[in-house]
Amino acid sequence: MEADLSVLIIAILQAAVRSGTPILFVCIGEIYAERAGVLNVGLEGLMLIGAISGFTVSFTTGSAPLGVAAAAIAGGLFALIHAFTTITLRADQIVSGLTLTILGTGISGFFGKAMIGQVGPGFDRLELPVLAQIPVLGEIFFRQDAMVYLSFLLVPLTWWVMFRTHLGLAIRSVGESPATADSLGVSVTRVRYGCVVFGGAMAGVGGAYLSLAYTTMWVEQMSGGRGWITLALVIFAGWNPAKAFLGAYLFGGAEALQLRLQAVGLGIPTYFLMMLPYVLTIAILVMASRASLRRRLGAPAALGVPYAREER
Amino acid sequence: MSDSRAAVSMRGVTKRFPGVIANDRVDLELLEGEIHTLLGENGAGKSTLMNVLTGIYLPDEGSISVAGKPVRFNSPKDAIALGIGMVHQHFKLVQSHTVTENIVLGLAGGFQPVRLSEAEGRVAELSERYGVKVDPGAHVWELSIGEQQRVEILKILFRGAKILLLDEPTAVLTPQEADELFVTLRSMREKGHSIVFISHKLDEVMAISDRITVLRGGKNVGTVQTSATSPRALSNLMVGREIQFQTYPRPEMKGESILEVKGVSAEGDRGLPALKDVSFEVASGEILGFAGVAGNGQEELAQVVTGLKAISSGSITVDGRPMAGASAKDFIDAGVSYVPADRHGVATVGDMSLTHNSVLRRYREEKFGQGPLLNLVAASKYADRLIEEFDIKTPGRETAVRTLSGGNLQKVILAREMTTRHRLLVVMSATHGLDVGATEFVRETLNHHREEGAAIVLISEDLEELLSLSDRIAVLFHGEIMGIVDAAQAEIETLGLMMAGERQSEAVA
Repeated sequence: MEADLSVLIIAILQAAVRSGTPILFVCIGEIYAERAGVLNVGLEGLMLIGAISGFTVSFTTGSAPLGVAAAAIAGGLFALIHAFTTITLRADQIVSGLTLTILGTGISGFFGKAMIGQVGPGFDRLELPVLAQIPVLGEIFFRQDAMVYLSFLLVPLTWWVMFRTHLGLAIRSVGESPATADSLGVSVTRVRYGCVVFGGAMAGVGGAYLSLAYTTMWVEQMSGGRGWITLALVIFAGWNPAKAFLGAYLFGGAEALQLRLQAVGLGIPTYFLMMLPYVLTIAILVMASRASLRRRLGAPAALGVPYAREER
Repeated sequence: MSDSRAAVSMRGVTKRFPGVIANDRVDLELLEGEIHTLLGENGAGKSTLMNVLTGIYLPDEGSISVAGKPVRFNSPKDAIALGIGMVHQHFKLVQSHTVTENIVLGLAGGFQPVRLSEAEGRVAELSERYGVKVDPGAHVWELSIGEQQRVEILKILFRGAKILLLDEPTAVLTPQEADELFVTLRSMREKGHSIVFISHKLDEVMAISDRITVLRGGKNVGTVQTSATSPRALSNLMVGREIQFQTYPRPEMKGESILEVKGVSAEGDRGLPALKDVSFEVASGEILGFAGVAGNGQEELAQVVTGLKAISSGSITVDGRPMAGASAKDFIDAGVSYVPADRHGVATVGDMSLTHNSVLRRYREEKFGQGPLLNLVAASKYADRLIEEFDIKTPGRETAVRTLSGGNLQKVILAREMTTRHRLLVVMSATHGLDVGATEFVRETLNHHREEGAAIVLISEDLEELLSLSDRIAVLFHGEIMGIVDAAQAEIETLGLMMAGERQSEAVA
C-alpha cells in the first residue's frame, strides 16, 4: 500500500513537470518582455499560433524539431505586431495584447480546420543516461521528453542573462527607468523589440509543446487558458526565472492533481477540481492588482508605460 | 582663461517644439578647464540647450563642435563617446539597482558578463580621487538626494568624461550639501574638466563660475566674465528689465489660532512612518513656513492637513473643529484650501478645460449646478472672471490646462483655491519653476491673503522665499519637526543645520 502511494505521488509529480513545461516556456518569454517594460496579455493567442504552426510543419515535414522552430518563428512574428503597436505606435499594451489573443484564436482555428483529427509526429520520452537512474528525482525530472530538457536549460540561462550580463542589466533598466537607460545610450526601442519578439517566440514554443509533446494532435483552443495562467505566474514568480521554474510546476501540479483526483473518484464534483489552476490564477491576480503590493513583489516600475524621448 | 581652447562650441542652435521656440540661434562656447554658468529664468531654454548638447534632442538648425571638430549627435551615446555627460535635474537613476549597476549600465552590450566587484573597486577609487563619497554597493533608493547626485557625477566620470553638464544641481540640496558639491566641482576644474552649471540662483552663480552666459526667451543675451559683472547686472540681463525682490512688511497681526496639529504621526505611501509626532499651530494672519530637503515629510504634512491622508495618531483641529477621520470634502467645507506641489498631477486635470478645472472645487455648490447637472453657463462666466482677475494668459477658457505654462497654470490653481471662503491655505512649492514675474505674483497673493486674515501653511524648498514671507519657520527632517524659529531672526546657516537633522538647540549652539 505504501509503495503504491509513493508510486502515485511520483507519477503525479512527473505529470506536474509535463503540465508545467508549456507554462514554463511561455513564462520565461514573458519575463523578458515584462522586465523590459512591455506587458503582453496576448500569450493565449501566441500559444495557439505556436501550437498550430508547430503541428502543421511537423505533420507535413515529419520532423517535430522543425515544428518547434516554426512555432518559435510564428510566435515571434506575431509578437512583432504587439511590439510595433506598443513600442513604435505607443498604443495601449492591454488593448494590443487582447487583440493578439483574439487574432491568434481566430487564425489558429481557421488554419487548423484541416488538421483536426490528424495525429502527427511528436517528442517521445527520452530517458537521460545516468540521471534517469537517480531515485525519485530521476524519475520525476529525467524521464521526460527533449523539450522538457530544453526548458531546464532555459531557466539558468535566462537567470544568467538577466542578472549577470550587460544585456540583462540593460533589459532591467529599460523596464525600470527607460529614460535612464536612454540617457546612457541604451536603445530602449531595440531592447524592447528584442524582448517582446523573443517572448513571443517562447510563447510559440510553449504552444508547440501542447501539440507536439503533451499531445501529438491539434485541438481548437488547446491552450485552454494557459496563457492567462502564465500572466499570473510571472507575478507569482516575481519576474525571476528561478521562481518561475517552481511556480510552473505548482500550476502544472494543480492540473495533474485534478486529473488524478478525477480518476481516483473522490466525492468532489469534477468541475471543482478542474477549476483548481484557474482559482489559483484569480487569487494571485487579485492579490497582485494592489499597486503597492506589485512594487513589493518587484514589478518593473515602467511596466505598461510607453516611452517617448522628446516629450516635455 | 583667454588662451584656453574651446572644449565645446555651439553655433546657431535652434530647437523648436510644437508652438514654442525653445532655443533660437544660440551660440555657446565652453573653454577647457572652466566652470561656465548657464543662467536664465525657467523656460529660458537652458535645459533644452543642454539636452541638445547631450544628444537627447536633435537640433533643428545649427552646429556643434567638440575640441574643434564638427560633430553631429544622433543619440546620447554619441555625446558620451565624445566625453560629454550630464547630471539631469531629475536624476536618471534606476532606483532598484545598486550604485555600481547604475554606473556600468550601457558600457557594454550583449552577453558580456557584468564584472561587478571589479567595477565597484573602480568606483571606490574614483570617489576617493574626486572626494565624492558614496557606497558603491548601496541601492539607489537607500541614498539621500545629495548622494544620488554624487552617483550621477560618478557615472559621468566613470565614462572618462571631460565635459560635465549639471542642470540646477543645487535645487535639491541643503546649503551644506551644496557647499560640498562646489568643492567637488572646483577639484574637477583643477583636473582639467570643463563644467556647465545651470542655475537661476545669482549668489551661487557668482560664487562658482568663471564665465556666465545668460539665456532669455531661448536666446543668448550675453556671455560675461564673472569677475566683471554683478548680481544686479545679471538679473537685468535675465529678465530684461529691472526687478526687485520685495521684502514684505510683516506687521504683527496674529489672530486666533486656526489650525492646531498635536502629536500627529502618519505613514507614507510605502507604509513607512513619514511623519512622527508633529505638533504646531497656525493662527489667523500668520504664515508658518516649512523648510526641509525634499522627501522629509513635506508631502505627507500637506496631505494630512487637507484630509488627503489618514493619520495614525494625534489630532488635527480646524477652527476648533476636530478633524479626526474627516474626508477631503470635510476639510474643504471647513474652509481649507490647498495648492499642491504637483500642478499637473494633483492640482489640475490636464486634458480638461480651464472652465472645468476652475469649478473642480465648487461644482457641488448650487451656483454651478442642480442635482446631477452642471451649470456650464455659470461655470464659463466664473472662468472668465478668474482669467480677468488673475491675468491668466490663455487662448481661452476652453483651452486644456495642460498646455498652459507653469506660471499660468499656477494662477489657475491659485484662482480656484483663493476665491472661495478660506480659513486655512496650505501651499506647497508654490513658486517652484516659475519665472520672476509669476513668482512675484504668487508671493503677493499669499501676502495679501495673510493680511485678510487667512492662516497659511507654506511648504517650500526655497529658503529665501520662506524667510521673506513667513512669520515663523519650522524645519522638517525625517518626518520630525527639528524646531520652529522666528523668521525675522532666523539665519540660513541655522536652518541648513536643522535641515540636515540637528535639533534647534544644537543648531543654534
